[in-house]
Amino acid sequence: MSQVAPGGPPAGVPGRMPVIPGSFAYHRPKSVTEAVALLADLGEDARPLAGGHSLIPMMKLRLATPEHLVDLAGIRDLKGIRADGGDVVIGAMTTQHEIGASELLAAKIPLLGEASLVIADPQVRYVGTLGGNVANGDPGNDMPAIMLCLGATYHVVGKAGERRIPAREFYRGAYVTALKPGEVLTAVRIPGPPAGHGSAYEKLKRKIGDYATAAAAVLLTMSGGRVATCSIGLTNVAETPLWAEAAAKILNGSSLDPATVKRAVAAAEAITSPASDARGPAHYRTKMAGVMLARALARARQRAA
Amino acid sequence: MPKTQVSMKVNGKPVEALVEPRRLLIHFLREDLSLTGAHIGCETTHCGTCTVDLDGKSVKSCTVFAVQAEGADIRTIEGMAAADGTLHALQEGFREMHGLQCGFCTPGMILRAYRLLQENKSPTEEEIRFGISGNLCRCTGYQNIVKAIQFAAAKLNGVPFQEAAE
Repeated sequence: MSQVAPGGPPAGVPGRMPVIPGSFAYHRPKSVTEAVALLADLGEDARPLAGGHSLIPMMKLRLATPEHLVDLAGIRDLKGIRADGGDVVIGAMTTQHEIGASELLAAKIPLLGEASLVIADPQVRYVGTLGGNVANGDPGNDMPAIMLCLGATYHVVGKAGERRIPAREFYRGAYVTALKPGEVLTAVRIPGPPAGHGSAYEKLKRKIGDYATAAAAVLLTMSGGRVATCSIGLTNVAETPLWAEAAAKILNGSSLDPATVKRAVAAAEAITSPASDARGPAHYRTKMAGVMLARALARARQRAA
Repeated sequence: MPKTQVSMKVNGKPVEALVEPRRLLIHFLREDLSLTGAHIGCETTHCGTCTVDLDGKSVKSCTVFAVQAEGADIRTIEGMAAADGTLHALQEGFREMHGLQCGFCTPGMILRAYRLLQENKSPTEEEIRFGISGNLCRCTGYQNIVKAIQFAAAKLNGVPFQEAAE
């Protein structure tokens, strides 16, 4: 989803943002092998194009000026959602709309469909892809923190072949990821959460289409009224999505009593470092991350067997 | 930059053209095909007035390159009425329910509502509001847009339209 550039209009264009992207050459490979070869040949001036709903707005603002776009839309292998043993594998070009409509995901990992519906707006969800959302490295994107929460693994293909990167090791800074130049993220592999788990994604936003002021994803299992396992992801309250490991550890073994939840919320707030922006000052966004976490915990608890 | 050959179907008619890869679909529709029904509003993927139907999806055509629409089947507001001029149920609904004031958002609203009703033949008011949440209207306050879509849904389902009590 596009955002107006924080720096205001570029010099020389008083009061007006450019809205026409710079020139580029367009490539539409038919296979991942062909795409990776193209990206390797074209070098740093080439960018892969997925749904384009982050990249095209950036190109309009001339914050991105690739000379070559390698469109992944013609590669059939990058589409689809399938079960693979205990895992679910989602092709990188699967759209948010398709995630929201998937019966397989609704049955196995309902957190994903729930989250997809709070991303952007209907039109953007028809086009925006899971691969683009997780690979772009934008801290405002929602799926990365969910992938940290779920313990997903990203399949990445480069000229040297495929490697698999845990989502929890993928994000290095704002727009900085473990992807190397010329590599394409081809799929996301998610271990199926155990039957009877509870999950929730709570997102505070000013309006439909906005990035999160703060958001929290929770996945937990209960046993005898106590938390058996718990995992927490936080969106848009640092330069990268956050996996709140210490907060989750505090909750393990607890009955989610108010005192323990309060300590976990404090531990989660402690690892945030949001920017002050139009969504609010940093301390407010940190507190909202805590509020979102408490709500997500309560809802996940309700849903857990 | 070398131009790229594109072919697609727009409102049922095959179209072929040479386009610069950076040409946005909205500009291609409006300037190259003279289909000026889809409007240019914010140009930043927010307002939805450029919404068209593309291969069964509602898309904001200001955020799609024409080259990405290669092989696509596109419908714009110009393709909504029948060849003899009979309005589509949605167009009739917007007229009957006063679903527009200035009319700038209307082509996008109608195209979005078209896809919404394809996917959900009898949406609730809440589903309609969520379904058009990617389209901004600065005149109506949305009340009559929702009614217009309810009117169209009723007509397409062959049942009488009953306005909800205020």
